[in-house]
Amino acid sequence: MSDHVLSIKDLSVHYETNAGVLQALRHINLDVPKGSIVGVVGESGCGKSTLISSIIRLLAENATVPNGSIEFEDEDLLKLGQEEMRAIRGSAMSIVFQDPMSTLNPVLSIGRQMVDVQYRDNKTYAEKLQRSKEMLESVGIPDPAGRLKQFPHEFSGGMQQRISIAMALQANPSLLIADEPTTALDATLEVQIVHLLKELQKNMGCSILFISHHLGVIAELCDFVVVMYAGEVVEEGSVRDVFYHPAHPYTRKLLQCDPAVIVEKSRHLPTIPGEIPNLIEVPRGCVFRDRCDSALAQCATQVPEWDECQTGHFVSCHGVDS
Amino acid sequence: MSNIVEACNVRVRFRIHGTLQALLKGSKDPFIDAVRDVSFSIREGETFTLVGESGSGKSTLAMALAGLHKTAEGSILFNGEDITKMDDEAMQSYRKKISFMWQNPVGSLSPRLNVGSLITEPFHIHNLKQKDLKAESDRLLQLVGLPKHFSERYPHQLSGGQARRVGVARALALHPKLIIADEPTAGLDVSVQGEILNLLNRLQDELGVSMFVITHNLNIVRHISDRTAIMYLGRFVEQGDTDNIFAKAKHPYTLALLSANPEADPDAKINRIELKGEVPSLMMRPTGCEFHTRCPFVSSGCSDQFPPVLNEGKHWLTCHYPR
Repeated sequence: MSDHVLSIKDLSVHYETNAGVLQALRHINLDVPKGSIVGVVGESGCGKSTLISSIIRLLAENATVPNGSIEFEDEDLLKLGQEEMRAIRGSAMSIVFQDPMSTLNPVLSIGRQMVDVQYRDNKTYAEKLQRSKEMLESVGIPDPAGRLKQFPHEFSGGMQQRISIAMALQANPSLLIADEPTTALDATLEVQIVHLLKELQKNMGCSILFISHHLGVIAELCDFVVVMYAGEVVEEGSVRDVFYHPAHPYTRKLLQCDPAVIVEKSRHLPTIPGEIPNLIEVPRGCVFRDRCDSALAQCATQVPEWDECQTGHFVSCHGVDS
Repeated sequence: MSNIVEACNVRVRFRIHGTLQALLKGSKDPFIDAVRDVSFSIREGETFTLVGESGSGKSTLAMALAGLHKTAEGSILFNGEDITKMDDEAMQSYRKKISFMWQNPVGSLSPRLNVGSLITEPFHIHNLKQKDLKAESDRLLQLVGLPKHFSERYPHQLSGGQARRVGVARALALHPKLIIADEPTAGLDVSVQGEILNLLNRLQDELGVSMFVITHNLNIVRHISDRTAIMYLGRFVEQGDTDNIFAKAKHPYTLALLSANPEADPDAKINRIELKGEVPSLMMRPTGCEFHTRCPFVSSGCSDQFPPVLNEGKHWLTCHYPR
């Protein structure tokens, strides 16, 4: 067995639209090592959600996967049938979504929902309920037995997100995908959830693929970081390598323009000028060229290669010597 | 500099039980206080920021300031006139002088109107149809840095940052004296957040408009705000000059909010003040200091006595044991 829970190689995803073929993901490489937390950063429209949908095989109908493989526990997910995929979803691989209120069913009690997701287990109702109680306890919800009878609207946003995490982890998955789980929460609750995820990961030993656009949260939680831009992975490495020695100009700019990093009061904040390119007509060469300060002549014609600039630190940029 | 807004002991209440229900439940007070005893002032040309968690009453206060919620007590003076006592006619002319930027950039734009109609709608509402609306829409788009041809676009054709700019343009249409912005950067990417904040700062420098900004993101406060107030359960717990708040905050809640900011540095040693539990319900306000149920430094007296107000002119707070 390999050391990676999830290993994506050369994955592309295209959408057929009326205006033409939209190349949402192009030649993505991504590894999630066993027992680690991998963060994916990128701005809206960079393909984060398409990436998740393709991992859990819930892509829209107009999507095609022209090339690539997604190996999960040494099995190529793209080759599995619907039935086999269903067996994996929610048991070996589960997901926590951004908005907890729309994750939970408003007309069923929490207990009922938590028992329902254990439909595969050959246990009695009472045992399943007991398991749900333990899960609620492990995510720090006081009085779990009493809370199981309550409905989603009786919980605050932070509590709801804890419940979604408990439900996702109920089947002891080997991979948990968290899609911006803290974006809808306040700063103090965000910190609580980040700590909770870290602690649960330590206790349960699962791997986490954590999607966020909040650089601070990624720095605090993750072991490895993947930076995405306009449907491509531009940089990948350990969290220290990427945050202390960012190699790709986009990563550097992203780190510079985070208002949280700028401690001095400033009336004029740095930004990244320009816009994300149109993915129906992907420009030749490097996708970041138009917004890059240090573009070279070859950036306009050649697509930069995916190179290891240091051990375990990958980048695709012409300006970096391998 | 004179004050454009002066609010004094503002209280906003919402009825939660009907008369019969209140009688049956035996509750003497069928109201909750969403905003209570809040006093502040905004000077001309300055930005006042209100920080707090969800449910702390930030938006309610902003809507009271815009005259959209009735106040139960207190006064809000705008250029010396009390808006809580205005009749409909006076209110209409007051609303011409202020404008509101709503939280959700795309959701606050009608999907059926194009950008040009959206940003000139204020002229129709206030019966200023004699103006050349095409010229006005060009002027506004230019002001917020969008190309002229955007007036033909519809909201679904805009990105989040562009929709936010359209919201700013609409807010500026009638040359307001005061802009109320509810979470101007919520839901935007970090690089776009910077653009919007730069835009707001630039417009303030050029047009001298005052701003009342609501946010729960402390990162942005430092860069746009002159003065800041921290709100918890409908009350201000600390307020003062922004530099002062960031440099020497004294209320435990402010300190907790400041330290809750995850830093983009994997090895950052954060001396984090963690808050226990959740925000209490407004229906059952804690006794004494309302923050004592979550305060890490809770001590004797906090749970039964209301904290004293400490006022040093530039820095105001209410706490038994300021740090």
